Amino acid sequence: MAFVCRDVTVNRGSTPVVKSVSLTIAPGEVVGLIGPNGAGKTTLMRAALGLLPFFGSCSLAEMPVSSRARYATWLPQDREIAWPIPVEALVALGRTPHGASISRLSSQDAEAVRQALEKADMWAFRNRIATQLSGGEKARVLLARALAQETPMLLADEPIAGLDPAHQIATMQVFKTLASDGRSVLVALHDLGLAARFCSRLVLMQAGRIVADGRPVDVLTAHNLAEVFGIDAYRVETADGLLLQPLGLATKT
Amino acid sequence: MTAYVRLLFGLGLLSLLLFVISLLVGPAGVSPHLSLSALIFGDAGPLSLVMREIRLPRAILGVLIGAALGLGGAAMQGYLRNPMAEPGILGVSGAAALGAVLAIQTGLTAAFALALPFAALAGAGVAVTLLLLLAGRRGGTLTLILAGIAISALAGALTSLVLNLSPNPFAANEIIFWMMGSLADRSFLHVALALPFVALGACLILPLGRGLDSLTLGEDAAEALGVRMVRLRVLLVAGVAAMIGGATAVAGAIGFVGLVVPHLLRRAVGAQPGRLLFASALGGACMVLAADIAVRLILPDRDLKLGVMTAIVGTPFFLHLIYRSRGQG
Repeated sequence: MAFVCRDVTVNRGSTPVVKSVSLTIAPGEVVGLIGPNGAGKTTLMRAALGLLPFFGSCSLAEMPVSSRARYATWLPQDREIAWPIPVEALVALGRTPHGASISRLSSQDAEAVRQALEKADMWAFRNRIATQLSGGEKARVLLARALAQETPMLLADEPIAGLDPAHQIATMQVFKTLASDGRSVLVALHDLGLAARFCSRLVLMQAGRIVADGRPVDVLTAHNLAEVFGIDAYRVETADGLLLQPLGLATKT
Repeated sequence: MTAYVRLLFGLGLLSLLLFVISLLVGPAGVSPHLSLSALIFGDAGPLSLVMREIRLPRAILGVLIGAALGLGGAAMQGYLRNPMAEPGILGVSGAAALGAVLAIQTGLTAAFALALPFAALAGAGVAVTLLLLLAGRRGGTLTLILAGIAISALAGALTSLVLNLSPNPFAANEIIFWMMGSLADRSFLHVALALPFVALGACLILPLGRGLDSLTLGEDAAEALGVRMVRLRVLLVAGVAAMIGGATAVAGAIGFVGLVVPHLLRRAVGAQPGRLLFASALGGACMVLAADIAVRLILPDRDLKLGVMTAIVGTPFFLHLIYRSRGQG
């Protein structure tokens, strides 16, 4: 079982927002999904999970709802926490696909919750009320919730937006560790510098299509940056990989 | 013993206590000891009849209807993720009231005693069918709320129309008093009528706790956590409609219980929507039993209506909710 999408097309009304996209992700990969606003990144991920009607085929969407929840985790972009519940109970929601009730956790579930809270650096906040945290702290609690689900596949939509630099790096590091354990991660990102440093592979979308797919150094070319994002960047290839710093808007030629 | 179990135990004990007090309050003014022995052992006299045929069904209905309103309120708030939601938002109680009003107006109630609750149940049935057609398979929470508002508005307008055109002032009077909600002069026939609907609704809703917990993260995340949203919505709407339809059919419209009880208990259950379900059912039973005792103690010979009492007691709590949420702004 792996992440395989073939010819996925999603329509909003009569407008296609994702156009015959095919994407395969293997275990051990951290795939960064990049592209300007409205390129179809979120829509593609939601369709892949079966949360949206679409044309084409996708391995996750074909799974029964309950087994999918044990195979893939979804971390949406809108950081919704509807009720003032304790952080630990919120993170424990990640254990529900494994048959846990957040009111009664087995020792195995409790251990998964503890590890997830520590990975997201939120263990010290476990007894706080989740709705009273800052925006970045809420994002980390929700990341912990996703990690507690302990699935082979994680799909995260802009998980590092609004985090401080240390926690942005720590989050990307967590994804890298997951991949080294043989899991796979698909993460939508806008920080191209971090995408270049931490993703093993980048998928670049523009207007509903995949326009580039490969190693960061091959995807984040000066040409693609200018054509797709409309920016100029300082890029240098080092022994550690590509370093990239956006400089300004691309000059139209 | 966890805090949650202690809370349930305490609420259970309180509702038992209020149940017994409810049995002991009445115009006959007999000593508690005599009353209870007449209830349990029977004295073949009028006291036994009063206890078994008047006070016992009244107290049982207090528990049933309170539990239905509390559970229905907690379920609606959990599903809509909004502390201002209440079971009436679905329009089922309004439609049930319309059914009852039509039964009174057309004189069916005079011909056949149980015509009123049956007509109310029919009204509730029409409303829930409409709701599920409009917002069952497709459409999210917003469709459900809008459909509920539309059904309530239509039912309210038609009820007013009946009153407006009523040629019979006695029927109009009866309608107005019925709509205020009461548990007075109910019999075991009413218990038998409400019980299956309340029990069915509770059986549909209580297992949804885990899904409602997951909804704390939003519909998308909940669905990815394995919650089947369409199934949840249909079961929840059907369950709330069965309970509220059954409750309204025998007791009329009793407001504010479904709104206030989940709000009062939310903090005590750590705001977990799943835990709030059972706690609110017990809390609702306590509130309705207490209000029904109060109406008999405050104005023993004026037939103060239960729905009036719950609204008068409930409004300050509601204002408190507004006051507090204003602070969180």
